[in-house]
Amino acid sequence: MTVNLTLVLVMGVMLATGVYMVLERSLTRVVLGVILISNGANLMILMSGGRAGEAPLVRDYLSSEDYFDPLPQALLLTAIVIAFALVAFMLALVYRSWVIGRQDEVVDDPEDRRVAAQPVYDPEEDSEIPTETTEFDGGGGAPTEEAAEPAPDSRRARRERREGRD
Amino acid sequence: MLTVLAALFAVSIVVPWIYHRLGRPTFFVLAGVNLAAMIYVAVTYLPSVLSADQGAGVGDPRGPPSAVYEWLPEFGVSFAFRLDALSMVMSMLILGVGALVMLYCARYFAASERAAGPFAAQLFAFGAAMFGIVISDDIIMMFIFWEITTVLSFLLIGYSAHRIFARRSATQALIVTKLGGLTMLVGLLWVGELAGSNRLSDIMAAGPELSGTQVDLAVILVLVGALSKSALVPFHFWLPAAMAAPTPVSAYLHAAAMVKAGVYLVARFAPGFHETSFWLPIVLGFGLATMLVGAYRALRQTDIKLVLAYGTVSQLGFLVMINGLGTENAALAGIAMLLAHGLFKAALFMVVGIIDHESGVRDLRVLSGLGRTQRPLLWISVISAASMAGLPPLFGFVAKEVVFESFFEAAETDGGWFWVVMVGVVVASVLTFAYSARFLWGTFATKRDDEGAVLEDTRFHGPVDLVFLAAPAVLTLATVVFAFWPAPIEAMISPYTDLFGPIEPGASITYLALWHGFTIVLGLSALTWVLGALMFVGRRGIAAAQERVPALVDAERSYRASIRGIDAFSQALTSRTQSGSLGHYLFIILAVATVLPLVAVIYVKGGIPTPDAWIIAEEPLQVVLGVIVVAGGIGAVLAPKRFMAVLMVGLCGYGIAGLLGLQGAPDLALTLLLVESIILVVFVLALRTLPAGIWTRSRTSSKLSRAVLAVGFALAMMGLAALSVSARSERPVSEEYPWMSLDIGHGANIVNVTLVDIRVWDTFGEVTVIAAAATGVASLIFVKRRDVRRLTVKDIPTGSVGRVLTDENFSPSQVREIRAARSFATVAREAWLVAGRTLAPEHRSIIFEVVTRLLFHAIVLLSVYLLLAGHNTPGGGFAGGLMAGLAFVLRYLAGGRYELEAAMRFSAGGLMGAGIVVACVVGIVPLFVGGEVFQSYYVDLDLPLFGEHALVSSVLFDVGVYLVVVGLIVDVLRSLGSEIDLRSEEENRDTSDYGHGVHAETSAGVAR
Repeated sequence: MTVNLTLVLVMGVMLATGVYMVLERSLTRVVLGVILISNGANLMILMSGGRAGEAPLVRDYLSSEDYFDPLPQALLLTAIVIAFALVAFMLALVYRSWVIGRQDEVVDDPEDRRVAAQPVYDPEEDSEIPTETTEFDGGGGAPTEEAAEPAPDSRRARRERREGRD
Repeated sequence: MLTVLAALFAVSIVVPWIYHRLGRPTFFVLAGVNLAAMIYVAVTYLPSVLSADQGAGVGDPRGPPSAVYEWLPEFGVSFAFRLDALSMVMSMLILGVGALVMLYCARYFAASERAAGPFAAQLFAFGAAMFGIVISDDIIMMFIFWEITTVLSFLLIGYSAHRIFARRSATQALIVTKLGGLTMLVGLLWVGELAGSNRLSDIMAAGPELSGTQVDLAVILVLVGALSKSALVPFHFWLPAAMAAPTPVSAYLHAAAMVKAGVYLVARFAPGFHETSFWLPIVLGFGLATMLVGAYRALRQTDIKLVLAYGTVSQLGFLVMINGLGTENAALAGIAMLLAHGLFKAALFMVVGIIDHESGVRDLRVLSGLGRTQRPLLWISVISAASMAGLPPLFGFVAKEVVFESFFEAAETDGGWFWVVMVGVVVASVLTFAYSARFLWGTFATKRDDEGAVLEDTRFHGPVDLVFLAAPAVLTLATVVFAFWPAPIEAMISPYTDLFGPIEPGASITYLALWHGFTIVLGLSALTWVLGALMFVGRRGIAAAQERVPALVDAERSYRASIRGIDAFSQALTSRTQSGSLGHYLFIILAVATVLPLVAVIYVKGGIPTPDAWIIAEEPLQVVLGVIVVAGGIGAVLAPKRFMAVLMVGLCGYGIAGLLGLQGAPDLALTLLLVESIILVVFVLALRTLPAGIWTRSRTSSKLSRAVLAVGFALAMMGLAALSVSARSERPVSEEYPWMSLDIGHGANIVNVTLVDIRVWDTFGEVTVIAAAATGVASLIFVKRRDVRRLTVKDIPTGSVGRVLTDENFSPSQVREIRAARSFATVAREAWLVAGRTLAPEHRSIIFEVVTRLLFHAIVLLSVYLLLAGHNTPGGGFAGGLMAGLAFVLRYLAGGRYELEAAMRFSAGGLMGAGIVVACVVGIVPLFVGGEVFQSYYVDLDLPLFGEHALVSSVLFDVGVYLVVVGLIVDVLRSLGSEIDLRSEEENRDTSDYGHGVHAETSAGVAR
């Protein structure tokens, strides 16, 4: 099939500018970048229809090769309206972010930072604990944090009761 | 047998409720259920099992009892159960010991223990899953039950979840046995694939014929599963740690369940696969190593429960060796030893549990004098430990004799390495004798401390309950009885041993008995006793020697080191890749999206295709439009101000609409033009409260890398687009669309007929997506409710809407201007717009109001025309809806939010809901008249004046689309328009100064 250089080039510029803007921190530019990328994608779908042709309105004197391929057009039509709904949603997000934090910027996720900075050492797995030698007295050498907890079973209480009776 | 299995699981599910009602006596019920199941299985199936041909598959009338229900026939997976002699013996052990463990639990747990209900359920289900393992004939079923025991063992070991030791042990057991289990699954599936069946009975029947590297490797994988489950070296460390579980669990785990599953697997596979290349080296090598390591470690322990735990490790090595040997005698010996071990080990654990329960001490350096004070415990322990040591006249001795005999005949027949094995087994048995003696001494002897003073007697809190003693007593009794009367055991095992041949033709077949005469084997036994006794006598010296020898390899330490290594790796990976910056993630994603397709292109089949032809453009105008679009894109990147960038992007959109039109797509051009116009308005509405300048802080270096990535991505996509267009070889599917559209869809506009008829499901999905997005917008702005019913127009004071400015905000010339506007606004005259008067005069534009008044109805009419005519000419629901939406945008911009309310009285949600309902009805109605979903119907009308028309039902679908799109735009206007107006006005009133600088330049002029 024939390649339309203008369309290819325009698509390239749309994608390049779109990607460049999406990678910015300004939310407005990110939204604009998404629009530009969707423009580029739309052009790509358009190109799959091949050479230009007649508008796809059926007329008796035209054969099916004469029309510009209607299938990509149907796909594009839905894509365009969906992109609009998506942009409206993203704008609402931008506004919300502005209302809540007076921010028009993508900020780094502090939770990710915290995860990245945490040490490998995990007391649950890596602390040295002595082997326990009984199940009934709170453990031979349970770590301090756990020794503070009351024994979960009331065996000790029962034992004391029995001793008192004896 | 399926009934028994189902009943056991059903009981385990209701146990928590029963426990809630009955409390601790629930364990009696569970013991009863286990006992009943055992008796039922024995009475119902024993005769038919013993008389059956053990090798016969499922369905063979001579075979053992079986039950098969289809599950996934296409994968060869079924609920297949088969009860042969081996399964029978294992079932008796599992259910019998299970009943006694339950009985023991009834005294082990305090009456007030609340967490014991779920525990009882887990322990009971654990036994049921073990029963499932041994009766499964399908490898998938067996694997499922196998993994159920793994998960339940995790819960049981971690019963004392408040203790870090229990949590850690539980996790460790889970990881180790899971690793083995998954390896085993691969092995099982592989073996099943090679044998052509997922049935164990078929696999075993096919086993001897299978040979080759594949079988050898698959069997290794299966054995890894068995080794990990049975805690053989190098996986042995999880079992001693698993004693963090309550003692009844340990007793069950070590004696009859979990670890015995691995031995069972070896015994199950031995008939068919003991001749594969790696079977004997693995089974004997790892078995012997485990036996020696376990026994050696057992000698060092000071916790009597740990002595037993390492003893189990040692015995498991022993069991795997003998069960894997693969001769007729070894099979008898292996199963007999398995039973003997189950009996004495369960009893010994229960004794330890009683001591721990009553005194709170398990340290053999502290325990003292129990032999004098607790006679029943002493007798039980002496008999069971003697059985463990292999002393007559006990069942442990009977089993060990035939084990020795099997190894000895193997060594005599095959020589070589088997002699090493024989010697190793004898050495390990000496160690076993020594640790058995040490266990008895450590638990019951009266001891002296280092100064020679007699230790204080260990005191029990009270007399030991008879029920508490019953379970170990019964087990001990069985140890004695079966020594003198091994006939029933032998009768149960012998059908299984028939699956093996003798070690060589004519070799003598052994039998279970206390007395085989004066044989070399008896001499070996005597040798182990003498050496073992000597070791016990010299225990101080041995302990001192053990102190001096450092542990060369500590498997648990290596395990923890590897877990820590994995942790460190994942931590490093996470901190490198998860920086928290969205741009960073996008950068990575886009970089992959750039590189990956290029790699695919390089490996494309038949070389990179070259396009048939290049053209610069379809016509010169395309180039002009292209230049505009490119300029818009670059302008958007460079624009310093927010709205300038928005305008530049809008320019791109308009240019592309032109390109679409030139290409031959009028519908697209129309739709895109409308969308771009609305997007411009929406952008302005949403962002008017934000500062004008675009605030960016990104550094130059990142600008460069972003530019490189952007250009690289674009070039890759351009190449890809050119390439895929060139590579196309099929004719387009849409070649059929013109006639389909006309004859089936009854419309001349192919694109529209495609949307509402040919590919109507796509459109239907899209409409719902639009409704969802609009709802998302509304929920982000309104937060609580959408479309709050506002005051009606007549309630609004004139000139109150919008930011009402005072004269100080304006320059003198502007003040004069505003005064003029105010004087006009108060003139009592019929208004152009219903709510125009509500706006503050400084925001009104008389020209705009007049134009809106003139255009609004025309635009709405045009939108209806586009909707209805779209079936045959450019237009349709989308274009029509957008056009109508634009009319409402005009009303809102000219007259403010009350004008919008007056123009559209329905809620946006209602509009979209109605649209979706219409679309649904169009889809469903054909079903009632015998058609398919979304089938279209039409009526030919010949009306005077209007001429001939075909009314098509799918146009109604387009009405639904129209309503949804109008709803979307109204929703967006009410959210991003009216609601934000309201909020900024309130904000201005509340803080008269705050935000003034921000709003002054942006919002003041917007309403114009």
